[in-house]
Amino acid sequence: MRKPEPLIFELSRPGRGATAQHPAAEAGGEVPEAFRRKRPLPLPEVSELQAVRHYTRLSQLNFGIDTHFYPLGSCTMKYNPRACNSLAMLPGFLGRHPLAPESTGQGVLACLFELQEMLKHVTGMAGVSLTPMAGAQGEFAGVAMIRAYHRARGDHARNEIIVPDAAHGTNPATATMCGMKVHEIPTLADGDVDLAALEAALSPATAGIMLTNPSTLGVFERRIVEISRRVHAAGGLLYYDGANLNAILGKVRPGDMGFDVIHMNLHKTFSTPHGGGGPGSGAVGVGKRLLAHLPVPIVGREGERYRWLDERDVPGTIGRLSGFMGNTGVLLRAWVYMRILGAAGMSRVAEYSTLNANYLLARLREAGFEAAYPGRRASHEFIVTLKREARELGVTAMDFAKRLLDHGYHAPTTYFPLLVPECLLIEPTETETREELDGFVDALVAIRNEAATNAAALKAAPHTMPVRRLDDVRAARQLDVAWKPAAR
Amino acid sequence: MLDRIGAASLEDLFDEIPESLRITSLPGVPDALPEMDVARLAGTRASADGRPLNFIGAGAYEHHIPAPVWALVTRGEIYSAYTPYQAEASQGTLQIMYEYQSMIAGLTAMDVSNASLYDGASALAEACLMAVRAHRRSKSARVLVPATVNPTWRRVAGVMTEGQGLRMETLPYDAATGRLDPASLARLAGEDVTAIVVQQPNFFGQLEDVDAVMRWARANGALVVAAVNPVALALIAPPGEWGDGGADIAVGDAQPFGVPLSSGGPYVGFMACRMEHVRQMPGRIAGRTVDTEGKPGFTLTLQAREQHIRRAKATSNICTNQGLLMSAATIHLALLGPAGLERVARACVARTAELVSALTRLPGVKSAFTGPRFHEAVIRLERPVAPVLEALAAAGIVGGCDIGGDYPELGHALLVCATETRTQADIGTYARALGSVLGRAAAQEA
Amino acid sequence: MSQTPADLRYTKSHEWLRTLPDGTIEIGITDHAQQALGDLVFVEVPEAGRHLAAGDACAVVESVKAASDVYSPVAGEVTAGNPRLATEPELINRDPYGDGWIMRVKPAGGTATETLDAAAYEGVAAAGG
Repeated sequence: MRKPEPLIFELSRPGRGATAQHPAAEAGGEVPEAFRRKRPLPLPEVSELQAVRHYTRLSQLNFGIDTHFYPLGSCTMKYNPRACNSLAMLPGFLGRHPLAPESTGQGVLACLFELQEMLKHVTGMAGVSLTPMAGAQGEFAGVAMIRAYHRARGDHARNEIIVPDAAHGTNPATATMCGMKVHEIPTLADGDVDLAALEAALSPATAGIMLTNPSTLGVFERRIVEISRRVHAAGGLLYYDGANLNAILGKVRPGDMGFDVIHMNLHKTFSTPHGGGGPGSGAVGVGKRLLAHLPVPIVGREGERYRWLDERDVPGTIGRLSGFMGNTGVLLRAWVYMRILGAAGMSRVAEYSTLNANYLLARLREAGFEAAYPGRRASHEFIVTLKREARELGVTAMDFAKRLLDHGYHAPTTYFPLLVPECLLIEPTETETREELDGFVDALVAIRNEAATNAAALKAAPHTMPVRRLDDVRAARQLDVAWKPAAR
Repeated sequence: MLDRIGAASLEDLFDEIPESLRITSLPGVPDALPEMDVARLAGTRASADGRPLNFIGAGAYEHHIPAPVWALVTRGEIYSAYTPYQAEASQGTLQIMYEYQSMIAGLTAMDVSNASLYDGASALAEACLMAVRAHRRSKSARVLVPATVNPTWRRVAGVMTEGQGLRMETLPYDAATGRLDPASLARLAGEDVTAIVVQQPNFFGQLEDVDAVMRWARANGALVVAAVNPVALALIAPPGEWGDGGADIAVGDAQPFGVPLSSGGPYVGFMACRMEHVRQMPGRIAGRTVDTEGKPGFTLTLQAREQHIRRAKATSNICTNQGLLMSAATIHLALLGPAGLERVARACVARTAELVSALTRLPGVKSAFTGPRFHEAVIRLERPVAPVLEALAAAGIVGGCDIGGDYPELGHALLVCATETRTQADIGTYARALGSVLGRAAAQEA
Repeated sequence: MSQTPADLRYTKSHEWLRTLPDGTIEIGITDHAQQALGDLVFVEVPEAGRHLAAGDACAVVESVKAASDVYSPVAGEVTAGNPRLATEPELINRDPYGDGWIMRVKPAGGTATETLDAAAYEGVAAAGG
């Protein structure tokens, strides 16, 4: 029975340290008295081995893609190839200061330029900026570019963004951050956007619409060409949330669907690491209408030389979103991934992620689980609703999720989308084997059987993890978010 | 598998997509390469960029990163883990977040920290938005930002706040000291100002009189946003200890802790604040609690502020944090400890002083500002900076950041930095190279 | 099964109103609403002296899974926010119509939000409003 791992501060003893990591002591290096820190630095004093052992043991408390099947819908938890990390961390890339002269950065600039080009081609867009540091920042850039476009044409009345009620929470949050009003429209029972509601929502105040395709419900928006026609006819632009790009890589391109701007999640589709919550990277692509407004800097090529294009080269730019040029290390990882996959590999990603999702859906339906959109093909993900189990057996999707942990599977997404009650949004990705998927089905079946005979076991799950279910009400009411040394 | 699905071919799975949209090839995307070939290509390009001797700071700093840091964060359990929404399967990530939050709160002497934002520039933008939300009485949404705050951070803050009606106003600096001009604050006494930002040390490397800023802010009912270099906090007063009760929000970039320069990112923004503002703070937060058996554990908390619940009314649209880099920063600080961090900070001060001294001994090279500094300085030349930097680069030295574009009043000005990673021999190499470059240029003109 | 006292008025957005002897309107959220939110962890009440229009969002109730605005059904001036909610947000869960009151408003007259009686509100709540 393993003891819980203490905090690093609890392992600290006065005078201890990883002395090999301390620079030599020296006499100088003072700042004047008036500026000095008065109280001691509240950092732990531990040996190097203590630190290594502590963080190694903490890592062992986690589920990761490297250790567990992780079918989190809308997150695309595919294998992160190790080469992406080792090549992005080559010394020449790793040690370079972002503001060093361009003559010392032709190698990394060549990689970033190629990445821009590859992303343009897979999305069917006219231009790409790699600077947004996360999907949400890419969304911000997209909506800001739409606003800039209308303003540049003298149209200041367009301040509404249409968002389907199934949208990811970042979409309305982003619209608000850009000073836009959110106009929500409903989704039909078959998973497609309600065209009549869309038509009613379009007006001279419409700046644009934010859509994900395939949608957050896991289905392809079949009337996208019509939607695009109507929104453009009303003077609005179309924004594509690229969270589900994995489902259509090499099969269909957002540019061809009529989208004016897209953000990509390199940490989903292009397999850069999730790292326990980040870093992401939200490159944006634009059609011709918005080229003038791309965020800077962008890599440009003149003959054989690469250079950064900035505000002087893109005078209509919405500006800068990061202190430097975006998450370069993440971009390099995506570049390695795309070079290894190649053109044929892109469409294999879509084909096998879609195959795996449809197979898993078929097997789960055979086993008696209810699909939220039974008349539809799954894209690369799908939703199972447990509302019947909730009604008949008194167990929730969250209970299933917690019991799955005991079976060695990370649970699918349960907090989203809000439209479907007691849902599991399941995305297997293309890097999983059939045996892994079959094992997952077996686990869900076993859990449902257990729910019928011993619901209490589910409600008290997980049983075998380092901790049992956590009291999140107490976490919020008795806020303890930083260790404080005992008062002296 | 297709049989179980009831489809005849892989293509059938895409039959809901209109035929007119389907593509069968991706011209413009190169063919696949085996890992070996990609490794060769990457290797060639990385070598071409070389390993010049670096003397730039300007928001990203070169520090020694202990070997265990990246050995640990590239473990699959950390590298390939997701956001800890299922807390029971993520206690490693959550405890690291809690330890990180504790370290940042402790270093900045603030009550509470979040689990990181994207970078220092966006953290500053979020802090300005947060100050406007948190300040009940002020209606103006005016945020004062000295010109001594990093110019790129100011631009990013402008882009990110424009849509929400903030008015960011620049305050001038004193030409002799390179610090915020106190007279400019005096002129604004009694006006409705929501917040004032101050960077410490400032973009020029100078140490600002932060207590004077605090006095003004408190007298005028403005909130204070402190943008700080985290290594400097080992030696200088942290925002929570600044005069008149300390700053309200502290932000910066924790890149100096365990995160390599990496040609520009990913870095790791930090944000900490007073407890009374915690509900206005964006970003994820890990909290300690207990499980059903009373055992201690960690979970994400205060999520109701975040986009996935609050949607249009969220504190920010932020979703990811910089988890991997936050983990690197935490491990880095655990390995340095208080003694190690203090030595690093002292070495930075000492090396930069030596660098400025060595360079200003050269004819035509002057220090721009008087007064105490931390680990950066502005040097003025008598000729354009860009060709000098190119010539130095050809000699394997990245000599500094040309700031004349952002500060034309400074003329030919260069921001230089020396951390504990530069030796006295490195400094000598730079001084000789610069002397040689300037000498050749002068000779050519003669 | 949620409670809906017959002597109060209600809104479609799940607030209740009680007229106090001095004419002040006391406002809170219903039993149905507190059950849907779950255990409350934080409540933000408006400050005394604040002027409200009917329909203004003037308070926030936060649980671990949701944060909801509370809307004032009447225009007027806030005379008090419930001071106990700062440290005991769970009062709303335990006693939503009594100790869990959120704010008191001196009504200014003019148009107010449409209010419902208990039976009509129960219909709204049952329909999943």
